[in-house]
Amino acid sequence: MSEEVAIPAWKKWFEEIGDQVGFFVQFFKNIFTGGFEWSEFVRQCYEIGYRSMMLVGVTSFIMGVVLILQLRPTLVTFGAASMLPKTLSVSFVREIGPVIIAIICAGKIASSIGAELGSMKVTEQLDAMEVSGANPTQYLVVTRILATTFMVPLLSVIGDAIGLFGGFLALNIRDSMSFSLYFTKIVASLDFTDFLPAFIKTIFFGFAIGFVGCYKGFHSNKGTESVGIAANSAVVTASLWIFVIDAIAVQITSLLFYK
Amino acid sequence: MAEVKENSKQKQPSTKKEEVVIAIKGLKKSFGEKHVLKNINLEVHRGENVVILGRSGTGKSVTIQCIIGMLKPDGGTVKVFGDDVAEMNEKELKELRIKMGFLFQSGALYDSMSVRENLEFPLTRVLKIKDQAEIDKRVEEALESVGLLDAIDKMPSDLSGGMRKRAGLARTIIVEPEIILYDEPTTGLDPITSREISDLILSIQKKQKTTSIIITHDMECARIASDRVVIMNDGEYLAEGTFDQLHKSKDKIVGSYFQDIL
Repeated sequence: MSEEVAIPAWKKWFEEIGDQVGFFVQFFKNIFTGGFEWSEFVRQCYEIGYRSMMLVGVTSFIMGVVLILQLRPTLVTFGAASMLPKTLSVSFVREIGPVIIAIICAGKIASSIGAELGSMKVTEQLDAMEVSGANPTQYLVVTRILATTFMVPLLSVIGDAIGLFGGFLALNIRDSMSFSLYFTKIVASLDFTDFLPAFIKTIFFGFAIGFVGCYKGFHSNKGTESVGIAANSAVVTASLWIFVIDAIAVQITSLLFYK
Repeated sequence: MAEVKENSKQKQPSTKKEEVVIAIKGLKKSFGEKHVLKNINLEVHRGENVVILGRSGTGKSVTIQCIIGMLKPDGGTVKVFGDDVAEMNEKELKELRIKMGFLFQSGALYDSMSVRENLEFPLTRVLKIKDQAEIDKRVEEALESVGLLDAIDKMPSDLSGGMRKRAGLARTIIVEPEIILYDEPTTGLDPITSREISDLILSIQKKQKTTSIIITHDMECARIASDRVVIMNDGEYLAEGTFDQLHKSKDKIVGSYFQDIL
């Protein structure tokens, strides 16, 4: 129906920024107005959180194992093999765990939200919801963004624990260390300033994943190929946002805690 | 507009004495350089079924999307119950939409929900009904009226095209709208199912006293469901009258729609 009109790239970029700001405002407005969709929120927490648990768990476990296997030769060279638990825990909890888990969630969750909402747009389900007088933002967007904001930090904490356990098993392939000693060393090496900033940034990662997934799905075109484009674009954009947020978070954390 | 004046012993156009519920004056809508609607004027009276015929791309769907506020007109006015839709704020538009139903071409069922949940959705989210017994009663009544009670717990993916349309229709009528806009309700269906849907549209009009605009290419649907037929051509109205009046029209374009009708 609508005819394609050539719009300059810079204008398109500014239009998209404007659309995203509008979408962001709509999201916040709809959290506080009208009734909150608790049942849909809980369903989304289950879909997003519980159903991603296996993927996050396996990936974190492998990351823990691989990191120990990669770190060991270097630390052994310097006679610092006893530093393995500390090195792993600090690097995993501060940086590797949250970022890798967020990237995995971007791949699984942002793409699935983008594809689901994109498909709803193509099949006129979003229009049907809107013309019926219901509020698609309240039902579909608010619940999904809040569910990712809530579940990604939780997945990250679980992933950290599984990753560190993987590290323990990997450590015992070549060396021998009891679980209680390994656990004590990890607890002793981790500080409040290692855990809290990392946890806070995963809240932003979760928000970015949900927001980008919903935005790309809601703003997809009305063609079947646009569902794939929405899913793909959601993953790429969410991943990019994760790195941008991480860079900002590390700067702020360094300024505040690691002078 | 080549208005058809011939007398017919069968259906007659509305007497024009009834209340006008939809009034469109000088409606214009463009997409880029393409002028889809050039000058549309239409009045629809309470309780009337108006069928809009026209070739693909003549702006039929755009017209009903302007009526329900999905699209903003570039010029002219669309008044529903006397209020200009383009001037309405979000809250007013929502209130208006509660009084209107829109049946999409595909049925547009929410595919993550069962048929029952699809029908419950407007009751709980739009009408804010909390009483589960009342919700169940209304869902069952709506499904029974479209002959789909057996499919109440099925998922949309388990339904045939005709069943999806009927479920979509049940979801539309469950809130008892005063106006229903049908976007190609019989497209893609076999002749028997098309006829069933057309009969349903007529029975809903009689039972619920709804006012309807039906966009269709299906002449059988137009014959069964219409009180008045309007033919659109190139963004403007070409002719208007009852089905039988237009059937007898000498106009070449109007005649081309009826050439296969005996």
